[in-house]
Formats: sequence, C-alpha cells, structure tokens
Amino acid sequence: MTFVKTTAVAAAVSLTAVAAQAQTQIEWWHAMGGQLGETVNQIATDFNASQSDYVITPVFKGTYEETLTAGIAAFRAGEQPNIMQVFDAGAATVIGATGATIPVQQLMSDNGVDFDIEDYIAGVRYFYADNDGQMIGMPFNSSTPIMYYNEAALAEAGVTPPATWEEFAEVTGPALRDAGYIPLAQSHLPWIFTENFFSRHNIQFASNDNGYSGVDTEIMVDHPAIRAHFSALLEWQEADLFHWYGGGWSDNQQPFENGEVAMWLGSSGSFGGIQDRVDFPFSATYLPYWEAVTTEPTQTFIGGAALFAMSGHDDAENEATAAFFEFLTSSDVQYMWHRETGYVPITNAAYAAAADDGHYERFPAAEVGIQQLTLPAGEFTRGYRMGFYVQIRDVMNREYGRILTGDTSVEDGFATIQEESNQLLDRFARTQG
Amino acid sequence: MAGRKALGHRTHDGEGTDHVKRSAFKNPWLPILLLVPQLSIIAVFFYWPAGYAVQTSFFLQDPFGFGSTYVGLENYTDLATSTNYLDALKFTAVFTTVVTFFSLGIALLLAVKADKVIRGARSYRTLLMWVYAVAPPVAGLMGVMLFDQSRGNLTQLLQSFGWDFTLGVSYWDTAFAMMTVSVWKQIPVNFIFFLSGLQAIPNSVREAALIDNKSSMGRFWDVTFPLLAPTGFFLLIINITYALFDTFGIIDTIVKGEPGNNPMTLVYRVFVDGFRGGDLGGSSAQSVVLMILVLILTVVQFRLLERRIHYT
Repeated sequence: MTFVKTTAVAAAVSLTAVAAQAQTQIEWWHAMGGQLGETVNQIATDFNASQSDYVITPVFKGTYEETLTAGIAAFRAGEQPNIMQVFDAGAATVIGATGATIPVQQLMSDNGVDFDIEDYIAGVRYFYADNDGQMIGMPFNSSTPIMYYNEAALAEAGVTPPATWEEFAEVTGPALRDAGYIPLAQSHLPWIFTENFFSRHNIQFASNDNGYSGVDTEIMVDHPAIRAHFSALLEWQEADLFHWYGGGWSDNQQPFENGEVAMWLGSSGSFGGIQDRVDFPFSATYLPYWEAVTTEPTQTFIGGAALFAMSGHDDAENEATAAFFEFLTSSDVQYMWHRETGYVPITNAAYAAAADDGHYERFPAAEVGIQQLTLPAGEFTRGYRMGFYVQIRDVMNREYGRILTGDTSVEDGFATIQEESNQLLDRFARTQG
Repeated sequence: MAGRKALGHRTHDGEGTDHVKRSAFKNPWLPILLLVPQLSIIAVFFYWPAGYAVQTSFFLQDPFGFGSTYVGLENYTDLATSTNYLDALKFTAVFTTVVTFFSLGIALLLAVKADKVIRGARSYRTLLMWVYAVAPPVAGLMGVMLFDQSRGNLTQLLQSFGWDFTLGVSYWDTAFAMMTVSVWKQIPVNFIFFLSGLQAIPNSVREAALIDNKSSMGRFWDVTFPLLAPTGFFLLIINITYALFDTFGIIDTIVKGEPGNNPMTLVYRVFVDGFRGGDLGGSSAQSVVLMILVLILTVVQFRLLERRIHYT
C-alpha cells in the first residue's frame, strides 16, 4: 500500500514537473468500454491537439457502478479525478453530496465560458439539474430506450413495427413467432420497463415530483399499469412472444444480433455497435405504449451518464475542465460523438448540424432516440432523483427475475420492491440530514 | 482417549520449548523487538480495519463521507429482519457445504488413484495440479463461457440430457455453475495435500493391513482414511475458508456485475451493498456478522473436531 502510494506520488511529481512548464494536466474517469471507449479516447486526443494549454487523460474505470465506486473511494482519500462520469442511477448520490462537485453551470461561468441551458435539448436539459434548474452535471452520453427491429424478419412475417403493446400482443408478436422468430427481448428491466414505462405513460414514479423537490421521497412503483404490464410479459413468455435472457445486458442483445430475436428494446446508444456487427437490415422506432393506459403517450427521458467536475482542485485545473466541457459541447464534437456511437447530441445546434449533414437520411434509426426525447412532455417525464438508487435497481432486478422465473407473483414482487425501495430511500434521506 | 493423550503430550512439549526459549533471551525486550514487524503488520492490516468496520457498523453514512449519524444497533436489526439477507445466509451455508464436500471428495478419490500409479506418476500429478495456477476470476470467466446460454459447451451437454440449463436466469442453474467452477478450482490444492498425506503412510502399515483385509475398500476406510485425518482436518478448514471467502472472484464474474435474482454469498453481499450500493454502515454490519461467524466456526472446529483426530 505505502509502496504503491509512494510510487504513485513519485510518478505524479515527475509528471507534474514536466507538465508544469506549460500545460495543465487533468484526468477524466469514465465507464465507456469497447467501441465507445475508442471514441472517448478520440475526443480526448482531439481536445489535446486543438490547443496547447491543457492535457486531458481519459481513464477507463470499468462499469458504471465500478466507476462511481472508484470515484467515491478516491474522493474520500482526497485523490479524486477532475472529471468523473456518473450514470443516471448514481445521479442522486453525487448531486446530493453538495461540495463533492462543482455545478457545471457555475464552473463554466466562473471560467468565462458562455453557458445557456436553453442551448440543450429539452429531454436532456434538466435530468442532471438541481431543483432550481441549475445544471450540476454535464450530460455526456445521453441515450434513451428505443425499439430496434430486424427489417427482414418483419417483412417475412408481413408486419410493421408495433406502436402499442396491444398491437404487439395481437398482431406483431404472433406473426413473428409463426415466422420462426422470438418476437421480443429487452436488456434492462428497471430502465426500460420501469423508469421509462412511467415516463412514456406520464405516471408519477415517486413523490416529491419524482424525487426532484425533496429527499424524503417515497417510490410509487407498485402501480396497476406496470403490474398489468408484467402480467402481460408473463403471458407473452408463456406464449413464446417474449424471452428473458437474464439480467445481463449483452445476453439479451446477442440473440437480436444473431437474428433469433426480431425486436429488441435497448439503448439508442447501442446503434453504433449494432451497425458494426449485424449483416441484416435493421431500423428502430419508439418504445411502444399501452393504449389502455394512455392515448397520449409522452416522451422518455435520458439515461446514460453525465460528467461531473469534482471539487478540490486548483483554479488552473478547473479552468482546464471548463475548457474541455466547452470543447465537448461544441457542435462538431457532439455530432461526431452522436454519429459514431448513436448517443443523442445534447445541444440543439449539434442536432441541427447532424440533420444538415444528411445523417438522418442515411440512417433514419439514428434519429429515433432524439425524436422520442422531444415528444410532448408531461408532468412526470423529467426523470427521477432517488438516493441509493443503484440498490433500488438491484432490488427491482431481483424481484423481476423472480417474477419471470415463477418464484414469486407479480403482486408480491411489486409489493416487495415498493417496501424495500422505501426503506432504502428512508435510509438515504437520513444520510442527507 | 487417544486424542486427549495426544493433546496432553503436546502441551507438555509446548511448555518445554517455552522454557528453552526464555533462557535463550537474556534481554526480555529483544523477543518483543523481533516480533514488532509481524505484530505491526497484523495491527495495521487486520485489527485496525476490523476495528474500523465495527465502529462504522453503528453509523449511517452518506457515500461521500460528508456526514454520519449514530444509529446504534439499527444496521444489525435491519439485517436480522431482512429476508433477503437470510436467503443469502442460507445460500452461503449450502454453497459452502457442497463446495467443501465435493472438492475434498473428488480430490481424495483422485489422490488415491494417483497414489497407485507407478509409470508416469510425475506427469499425471503435474497435470492434476495445473488448475491450481488459474486465478479465481479467470476460472469464473471460463465458467461463464462454458455455461453461456447460447454457445456454452457445458450448456449444450446438459441440454442433451434434457436439462434446460440457463445461466443467469434460473437461480439454481446459476448456483450450479458457481459450485462447479469453485469445486474444480479447489481440487488441485486438495489433491496435492492428500497425495503427500497418502505417501506419508508407512509401507509396513499398509502391508500389515493387506494381511488382515483383502478388500481394498475395507482397508481404505479402516486404515488409510483414519491415518489421513490430520491432513483432512487441515484441508477441511482451508476449504471452508475458501468457499466462504476466496470464491468471490468466481461469483463476481459469473453474475456479470448484475446481482439480480442470482444467488449471492454473504461476502459478495458485503461488496454489493457497501461498494456498489454505497451503504457503508449496513455493509460494515454485515462484515462484523461475518467476523463473528468465522470466529464461532474456528472455535467449533478446534474444540470439537480436533479432539477426534489422532495425530501420529
């Protein structure tokens, strides 16, 4: 331990000695692996090449959960990076810890960078903002769940992608099954079939405006509409219309890429990866909704992650961080990120740039995520803010797994989720007191 | 009787050596000084963190460490009333029993067979020990590939027997994969110890037994097995500890970072709640419970089991 620390300090000192002459070094911890990681490295290289005052070093820290854990541990040891990527479910933890981060809006204005929250796309703007509408984290890889479909499979079955779950159950699903496909799979039950289910149907997900206006929040997940949805999933599973491959993301995505599953619900950010790997024509459309629940379906909100400027660094480093954020939000970089990965561009200017360039004529599926984010909003479509949410998602995943494998009933499962989540929320509220 | 005699004998030896040592050091501070490095390592790396865990378990902390509230025993009472925690406790008991039993049983069988091999014995033994060099996460990763839902060789094998095996979906299928990989990983170390234990049994004893009993099974249970007991007892402790703690890497790779409805051992839960979930207080309480369990286990093992072992 001491040895490692000494070596690290020695290395840091020698690095600073070299850099001190001209450049400010900053570090960026992220959770983007594979093809996404390469694009992150590209952005960093481009930033370093674009000017000579600052040098940013991206460091891959594993999954979203691992990155957050590493960042918290580093903060407690006083070794935090300048920029840390935190995912949607960790937002409440990091935003709740006032003093751990510098609100991005403040960072920008302190360093003389123009900032107008109205420049950001509507569905993106306020997810990582505090209750006064001040942006705390800079939205980075913003995605939303959409429905990908295998065009060849749908043509073979003679159907079009379903707009509603009723249409799926009665028309699309059975036709695809009879054509020899597994009609439907999805990759993230809490995100797609819970959080965004509530947003798509504009149903309240938690008290205190989904948790944004207070910490003494209670979750309201045990709602008849979602119980009905999971009962339907069970029926579809029984009728071979839906297949659940477990809690792993890629376990569910793989069969779609193999051509066994005809329609897959995943992230708009999966676009780049799928495009690299599959050889069949595919496209995407909005997340279906239940006509029985609403006839005016609303927007979904962003998932993915944001970049937080960690506090405890000197002014020169903060200036470098602000400069990087300015570079990152420029429409060229945003368009490049959007084009390479499928994550939505976060500013209106970048969206316009992509459209002007004809990107959506070439790849109509690339626009679906952003269109869905700009659908009509409702009272409960901004997102959610709940503490210990990583654990709440674990509870959901556990109970959903038990429901889908027949270990518990839909009623008991949701009652358990509601009860355990509220215990966790209560615990979190007390840590914030 | 025999056990007690052996114990008494050892105590006497102990006193004897103690006496010799005392006379060897003229300055009473010298032995203490010589022990300081060892003691300080134990204090810094074991007692200090353990003490900190005990302290943290009485608090509720925000993940970033800005504030903590004293909550008394609440973290413990929460555990006692959590069905989920009790499920993990039950699973840990089953997991530990199964892994210990099979890794000892299979290793013993292999050792007995390898002991009889004369030609090429060295190559066989080396081959059987290889697996020991595989790190637990790597073993877990190999398990994930072999048991993969769509392409796993073992999945296909099990399916050909009519078992619709689905890793990560069915609770017990996932548990089966965890146990299989954990057992496989631990067999080599047990094998090495059993084999050397077998080779330490004098030939004269074996020959005498051969005259008395023609059945090799009978000879094994009456003579060889009791003579292997000291090795077996040592391995039992090592294996229980292994199943409880060292299987972490295997479990982590098999659940692929999504605990979901997969089985979890107590140690893995400490990690999930404390590191992944950011609840340090609750997680520390679980660590303390674990420490107490290990303490009880150790006392039980040495008080009850060791008395029945005959050391030659």
